[in-house]
Amino acid sequence: MSKILIRGAKILGGEPQDVLIDGETIAAVRTGIEAGDASVVEAGGQILLPGLVDLHTHLREPGREDSETVLTGTKAAAVGGFTAVHAMANTFPVADTAGVVEQVWRLGKESGYCDVQPIGAVTVGLEGRKLAELGAMHDSAAGVKVFSDDGKCVDDAVIMRRALEYVKAFDGVVAQHAQEPRLTEGAQMNEGVVSAELGLGGWPAVAEESIIARDVLLAAHVGSRVHICHLSTAGSVEIVRWAKSKGWSVTAEVTPHHLLLTDELVRSYNPVYKVNPPLRTEADVMALREALADGTIDCVATDHAPHPHEDKDCEWAAAAMGMVGLETALSVVQQTMVDTGLIDWAGVADRMSFRPAAIGRLDGHGRPVAAGEPANLTLVDPAYRGVVDPAGFASRSRNTPYEGRELPGRVTHTFLRGRATVVDGKLA
Amino acid sequence: MKRHLISAADLTRDDAVLILDTAEEMARVADRPIKKLPTLRGRTVVNLFFEDSTRTRISFEAAAKRLSADVINFSAKGSSVSKGESLKDTALTLEAMGADAVVIRHGASGAPYRLATSGWIDGAVVNAGDGTHEHPTQALLDAFTMRRRLVGADSGLGRDLEGRRITIVGDILHSRVARSNVHLLNTLGAHVTLVAPPTLVPVGVEQWPCEVSYGLDEVLPKSDAVMMLRVQRERMNAAYFPTEREYSRRYGLDGDRMAKMPAHAVVMHPGPMVRGMEITAEVADSDRCTAVEQVANGVSIRMAVLYLLLGGYESAAPAAPSRTEENK
Repeated sequence: MSKILIRGAKILGGEPQDVLIDGETIAAVRTGIEAGDASVVEAGGQILLPGLVDLHTHLREPGREDSETVLTGTKAAAVGGFTAVHAMANTFPVADTAGVVEQVWRLGKESGYCDVQPIGAVTVGLEGRKLAELGAMHDSAAGVKVFSDDGKCVDDAVIMRRALEYVKAFDGVVAQHAQEPRLTEGAQMNEGVVSAELGLGGWPAVAEESIIARDVLLAAHVGSRVHICHLSTAGSVEIVRWAKSKGWSVTAEVTPHHLLLTDELVRSYNPVYKVNPPLRTEADVMALREALADGTIDCVATDHAPHPHEDKDCEWAAAAMGMVGLETALSVVQQTMVDTGLIDWAGVADRMSFRPAAIGRLDGHGRPVAAGEPANLTLVDPAYRGVVDPAGFASRSRNTPYEGRELPGRVTHTFLRGRATVVDGKLA
Repeated sequence: MKRHLISAADLTRDDAVLILDTAEEMARVADRPIKKLPTLRGRTVVNLFFEDSTRTRISFEAAAKRLSADVINFSAKGSSVSKGESLKDTALTLEAMGADAVVIRHGASGAPYRLATSGWIDGAVVNAGDGTHEHPTQALLDAFTMRRRLVGADSGLGRDLEGRRITIVGDILHSRVARSNVHLLNTLGAHVTLVAPPTLVPVGVEQWPCEVSYGLDEVLPKSDAVMMLRVQRERMNAAYFPTEREYSRRYGLDGDRMAKMPAHAVVMHPGPMVRGMEITAEVADSDRCTAVEQVANGVSIRMAVLYLLLGGYESAAPAAPSRTEENK
């Protein structure tokens, strides 16, 4: 394998240093490394982060290849600075067997742009009734550690309890999509002032918070780990903060869009803002930022949810829920968390690489930028300013809420085990 | 006037009074032996109804025909999704046929707004009721009826509803009529009180320019008009209230309750009425109930709206979204 020298990069925002990659590994980190026969990437003071890790990605394959495939999704991930993504289980067929998770895992291997760690469904067909063969998925080549019915809530308390207990045998974690189904029948947007005005069915915060409250208590009761997907309300933050204060094994993620956007945008009735859980209020956004900064929320996860154009080019009620997010995640985090002074770049590395990798028990990712570590790296130009143009996305889908919006920062290079997947902001 | 009529909230006080005054002129046409004006000859109005609503559709149809417009009724039962064709493709089809105005009734809140702002069509869009959002022409005909009854047909010209106390009773949560009425009545200077069991009042109502009461009896003596909304029986299956009889006892308008209203006060109902539920036959058939008048006034109001959107005045700013209902 060839050698690459990244010259003058601010590792996690520190003083500029040189990083020498030899093959799949970081060979040296210090100042003044001679290039020798290595090809040189002049970082010019850009920020060097460990490759980003996403705990929550919808790659849509198998089943909805019209919106995304493992190949296009991993290309989008690489462009966004990710070196590993966790592929959600709500595919067609559902990833509830060893066969399906191995298929997704193998497609990830073939893509070569980003590691794909499949997530297994908790229940058969995401139906919430019968546990899927969690052990078989874990024991498969895919080595599943994270289980989720995401898109649907494991609302049956007994099934949730059993799943939490069962995965302890192999240090797994259940990632809960917290949504009380009866409280959200017909829900179209956050329930509040705006929904009352627009006449759209409300998705109340309590529908999320009540499930989180139950699940942290269940996790404590059986001594298991629980992870909360896309936490979206100030009340959820309080519950997680309380659970952590008890020392319980609770982790949580927040999406970039919940850190930036509010339900006021729904006044346009533009379904590009339709997402589940829904965009909340300004007060929720501020609480989520604060919680991500103080560690109550462990990590950022994209909930990248590609949809074909026709599923958004329609009336609100008929539209699909979800937004693409891989290619804009880091920029949104920079704008909402870094440029606001809430966290520094070491904090970004923590929330977007170290912690998600640790929650997913993912080997080889979320490692320090140090000699001997796998060369999974992301180089970011924080001074860049650009207007989001979905036409340029690597993702097959274009359903971004940021079209036309100026966002800071750009991933210039991504390295997956020493191989450049992105060079100068473009797929290699 | 604006280019579209999507939400009652988009209307200024002067816009609304202009529509009411124009409707008075249109009402006079109905008294002539030949109930027709040549104003919109050669213009095409499409009634695009994704929900069944014969009453609203024929009202718009009568209005357009009295203005000599060509009327096309496009009835697309069920949602665009269940039908297989998208709203967009339906819109493009109508555009290709040269619709000057599209009157749309849709089960999805915001569908008329999407139609007006997505660039799918060029014509004027009139919201004839969208989901649980708005039904602005209903609010206009209600205001027209109130002005006639409380101010006077001729003496009301140029005037609004300043200081009138209007009570709206029933399923506010699912009512597009209530949302449009709250906006418009507030714009016209009236004081609005909503009365409903707490389950049928939306979370967020505290931001609306009105008051909310859970008791009907204390509000009635302070009302110049009481508007009863239809309450669908199936609501009780979702536990919005325990039984039909309990709803009727607590929130229904009967003769005894009507007697508590001031002598000049009127009872209104947008229809269709559920007799024995929110209103008794005694009240519905009394002289104080304007339900039938409202239907007649609906044609005048819709004539005025089509006239102003298609002919009378230059367009102003595009519509912005806002609130409203479902029963019509």
